Amino acid sequence: MSVVIVGGGQAGLQVADSLRAGGYADGIDIVADEPGIPYQRPPLSKDYLVPGKDAAPLPLRGPGFLAAKGITVHDGVAAVALERGSRQVVLSNGRRLGYGHLVLATGAANRHLACEGAGLPGIRGLRTLPDAQALHAELPRARNVVVIGAGFIGLEFAAAARAHGATVTVLEFAPRPMGRALSAVTAEWFAAAHVRMGVRLRLNEGIERFEAGPDGRVAAAVSTSGERYPADLVVAGIGVVPNDSLAAAAGLETANGIVVDEALRTSDPSVLAVGDCASFPNAHTGTRTRLESVQNATDQGRHAAGTIMGRTGAYLDLPWFWSVQGALRLQIAGLSAPGDQTIMAGDPDAGKFSVLCFRDGALAAVESVNAPADHIAARKLLAAGHGPTLEEAAARGFSLKAFGQAPASAGR
Amino acid sequence: MPTITYIQPDGTAEAMTVEDGTTLMRAAVTSGVDGIVGECGGQAMCATCHVYVRPEFAGRLPQIGDDEDEMLDCTTAERTDRSRLGCQISVDAGLDGIVVDVPADQV
Repeated sequence: MSVVIVGGGQAGLQVADSLRAGGYADGIDIVADEPGIPYQRPPLSKDYLVPGKDAAPLPLRGPGFLAAKGITVHDGVAAVALERGSRQVVLSNGRRLGYGHLVLATGAANRHLACEGAGLPGIRGLRTLPDAQALHAELPRARNVVVIGAGFIGLEFAAAARAHGATVTVLEFAPRPMGRALSAVTAEWFAAAHVRMGVRLRLNEGIERFEAGPDGRVAAAVSTSGERYPADLVVAGIGVVPNDSLAAAAGLETANGIVVDEALRTSDPSVLAVGDCASFPNAHTGTRTRLESVQNATDQGRHAAGTIMGRTGAYLDLPWFWSVQGALRLQIAGLSAPGDQTIMAGDPDAGKFSVLCFRDGALAAVESVNAPADHIAARKLLAAGHGPTLEEAAARGFSLKAFGQAPASAGR
Repeated sequence: MPTITYIQPDGTAEAMTVEDGTTLMRAAVTSGVDGIVGECGGQAMCATCHVYVRPEFAGRLPQIGDDEDEMLDCTTAERTDRSRLGCQISVDAGLDGIVVDVPADQV
């Protein structure tokens, strides 16, 4: 019986790839609502927007690969309903696809601004290739850029806009940038670094409303503290909401995402969910989690393919993330949490360091800035559960890269 | 347009013609060459596009940058003096015909 995958992003393509790699021989259909070859999103807010960098979208898998592997992509077509009784997916073009297993890899959608003037021309989000193409075209002409939200996307875009020479203001209602993802010490380092790059970072300051100019386009952003910032281009990066309405309408359990078990099955065992849209039991935190990252999409994609092919076992992969903000390369292994004890390793003044986050005496997460070898070491150590102790990490001159490579750690 | 040949550990060869300036990683990912992952999208941050460049092309390669050097220390397969990150090597006429070996493991 065929596998139908709803969603042409990183997670959906990985399911298909891993099924074929595992010897799955029946039909594989991917329903992708965006037209064209499925592509990688991460570069859209990074290299794609920086002057002089390669602006061609990077396909997730090439057309030759998909053809050779017998993977059919129905692009530009949405799944509009699931009929679980007859195991069929109803498509927007009227077709129906029958399935033995269905994988929901529907991703997430950008949260929209709700304030006055939020619909004015010149106010954009950044998720899709058309979003990035529009910004790629507008950035060279933009003089005053206002970014709403100092999360990964907002700060990546802010750095790109600075590289184009624009005046950039970032409004963030929370006291720290990237506050949901980072320890306070790393978040504060990033706040200072963006200010040094020339970004006007306004913390504890949200958006109140936008004002239009005589041409009807956005002309200014007025913040919650009453400041008025001129704006000819606004990008909102204020988080996402999971695309779980298709699942909910079909009677599957949802709660901030599609609820899955440790094998990534929904409340209907023939239907799985992976990636941004899936709320899964997280072995690393002991809580139900939904993660928006390439790692989560690809590792869950691999795991779901295994579940379909009859493998048992829980999804346990270590979460990791990255962000590129101008010259700042941030990599995170594990999930930090408020209250973690942090140890600085490396040289923050030189812009090359890692922050080790300890919880209950054990290493729980590592945030690395311009220190990719530390990050790779952290991933290996955290996955194996063999991180340094707090005392080892606090020693003068401690290096995670060296710790990970030390002979003493080889047999851990 | 230059050509690139990827050799798998079992000796299977896969040759392709690419646009000038395409990186070894991008060409491989686009064509679905097994064993080249490129999970960070080409930022020299993941070391999953590790390749071994055949020695006859060594003199025509760009210098190894600091970031690339650091990441090559973290590859899953052993680093040798032929090791490079595919995302850091753009292929143009000067590298036409380049042959690279794909390591047995990336992640």
